[in-house]
Amino acid sequence: MKMKMIQKLTLAAAVASLAMATAFLPAGSARASAEGPELHEVDWSFNGPFGTFDRSQLRRGYKVYKEVCATCHSMQYVHFRNLGEPGGPEFTGPEVKALAAGYQVQDGPDLSGDMFERPGEGKDVFPAPYANEEAAAASLGAYPPDLSLVAKSRVGGPDYIHALMIGYTEAPADVTVPAGGYYNPYFTAGSGIIAMPPPLSDGQVDYDDGTPNTAEQMSQDVSAFLMWTAEPKLEARHRLGFQVMAYLLALAGILFFATRKIWADQH
Amino acid sequence: MSGNSTYNPSNGFTRWLDERLPIMRLGHDTAVSYPVPKNLNYWWTFGGILTFMLVAQIITGVVLAMHYVPTTALAFASVEHIMRDVNYGWVLRYTHANGASMFFIAVYIHMFRGLYYGSYKAPREILWILGCLIYLLMMATAFFGYVLPWGQMSFWGATVITNLFGAIPLVGQSVATWLWGGFAIGDPTINRFFSLHYLFPFLIFGVVILHIWALHVTGQNNPAGVEVKNKEQDTVPFTPYATVKDAFGLSVFLIMFAYFVFYAPNSLGDVENYTQANSLKTPLHIVPEWYLLPFYAILRAVPSKLGGVILMFGAIAILFVLPWLDTSKVRSARFRPLYKQFFWLFLVVCLVLGWCGGQMPDNVLFSVGGVDIIVTHLARVLTFYYFFHFIVLFPLLGLIERPKPLPESIAASVLGGKTAAAKA
Repeated sequence: MKMKMIQKLTLAAAVASLAMATAFLPAGSARASAEGPELHEVDWSFNGPFGTFDRSQLRRGYKVYKEVCATCHSMQYVHFRNLGEPGGPEFTGPEVKALAAGYQVQDGPDLSGDMFERPGEGKDVFPAPYANEEAAAASLGAYPPDLSLVAKSRVGGPDYIHALMIGYTEAPADVTVPAGGYYNPYFTAGSGIIAMPPPLSDGQVDYDDGTPNTAEQMSQDVSAFLMWTAEPKLEARHRLGFQVMAYLLALAGILFFATRKIWADQH
Repeated sequence: MSGNSTYNPSNGFTRWLDERLPIMRLGHDTAVSYPVPKNLNYWWTFGGILTFMLVAQIITGVVLAMHYVPTTALAFASVEHIMRDVNYGWVLRYTHANGASMFFIAVYIHMFRGLYYGSYKAPREILWILGCLIYLLMMATAFFGYVLPWGQMSFWGATVITNLFGAIPLVGQSVATWLWGGFAIGDPTINRFFSLHYLFPFLIFGVVILHIWALHVTGQNNPAGVEVKNKEQDTVPFTPYATVKDAFGLSVFLIMFAYFVFYAPNSLGDVENYTQANSLKTPLHIVPEWYLLPFYAILRAVPSKLGGVILMFGAIAILFVLPWLDTSKVRSARFRPLYKQFFWLFLVVCLVLGWCGGQMPDNVLFSVGGVDIIVTHLARVLTFYYFFHFIVLFPLLGLIERPKPLPESIAASVLGGKTAAAKA
């Protein structure tokens, strides 16, 4: 009787969780697939419970970001120092210093009350290419979104970014692309019309680690880099997650047998 | 069952303390000697799980509040600061954000357990009402909390919910302005939501104490739904029996919790909330967090705004009077063949209502003879059933149903189940 009921309730819980899963999970994918083409799922190195970033990929991705994306896009939550921290591209201290110094940042006021420019340091965030959203929109036709969190603020995350980078096609006959716009079926937010020109072409960025610099490769590299900028603690999360899971499983095991033993005289 | 205290101070200090502040006695009577029906199943471990979740949310929340800045200009950036620069800030925030979802999963299981086993019936009406009050406070707390990260869905969710008060006749707009602290959602709004988000968990804590107090006066209900007749035969002491069982249940629950925190921390949230709030850019699809979706579906199912608001709040308010809507003397659905079927139907209705709440209301489900059946139509049928279940079926079933024979006692029901358990 009791067992039967427990079975039933377990079944009900399974049904309930299944219903919940169907209720919430497809909400995102339905939105994506209803309007845009299906995203190709890349086998990222950071997928899965033990996933880690590929350092060389992050470094290549950073190069693509710096030479291509940074012309228009800001990255306001990322500091130069982050590039040298564990779990990221892990540039060395001198490398971080050198690449920060390549930027001029505004500081001040100095003792006479004037703002001044100085070379960037690890503590600084990446300077934005435009003074504000309005300036960027006035110059480019639309505001290019900040890239710090873009891999978490779009359905599909890095898969979406990758698909978007190389997803430009000829517009279908029934779609009129306005002047200064481009057609990209993955850009569902604009119903396929995007102000950003196709950003990547084969051979555009020179890779110094021998990786072929195809548009496909560069797109994957920069998508992985943007996943890191959005979730810089991903590796620490996976590592701590494993320790917590191991602890909890052991604890649950001990408590299971403790419960059985303590209740033994009642059954 | 608030029987005589069995606490026995063991040394001079505890004897001295007991005569002045019998706090050790209270602890002993509450968590050690308190008699627990011996037939409780694992659905009864969720009270302990909920207590744990409340404390976990308060602890993570207090630390998060040390780093969070409740202004429209800095809130979003301060959350990113927590995620990137605060030591273990990402664990705190992911635990707190997913903790809210876990809290609601646990409270829904706890409530449906109460519905299945008739835990709301006499003499546990006050216990049930206090629980409903906790649930209401939880929803308010969760709503305030969701606004704080100041993402797109925070802002637009707050806009939708506070605008509901605008539907109140005559004073609606004034009430909305009063809630906002201005003529639109802005700095005063986020600051007061932060204040209330910090306050409400302590209100919940207070009501939880009353809830546990009421529980310890009436004693726990149990799967057989019959009262304790013989303390010796029907119950076991809370410690070690319930303590260890609750701890095991909690540890299994924590494994699920940890899975979300460490491996799918954003799967229960909306991607829109990683974009800073922008009052000029409305998201395509404004949805609340999953645990509020059934009520959101009810709200949208009604063509009139005021009607929708009334039904949405009515859906929660009706829970408070369940003890007086149910005419059946039998508590447990085990012995109520009709009610049992409607219970499962009701559970499915609530889940599908939740699904409806997450969909675009105009999405076509199917077409019959050229007529499109959309999500809103389905939500209307389900909303009707939601109220029908409580207002019509609850009184009716008790009158027409022929319950199965109840066990003599809890002990008898355990012995009856013994052979089945041995086989399994």
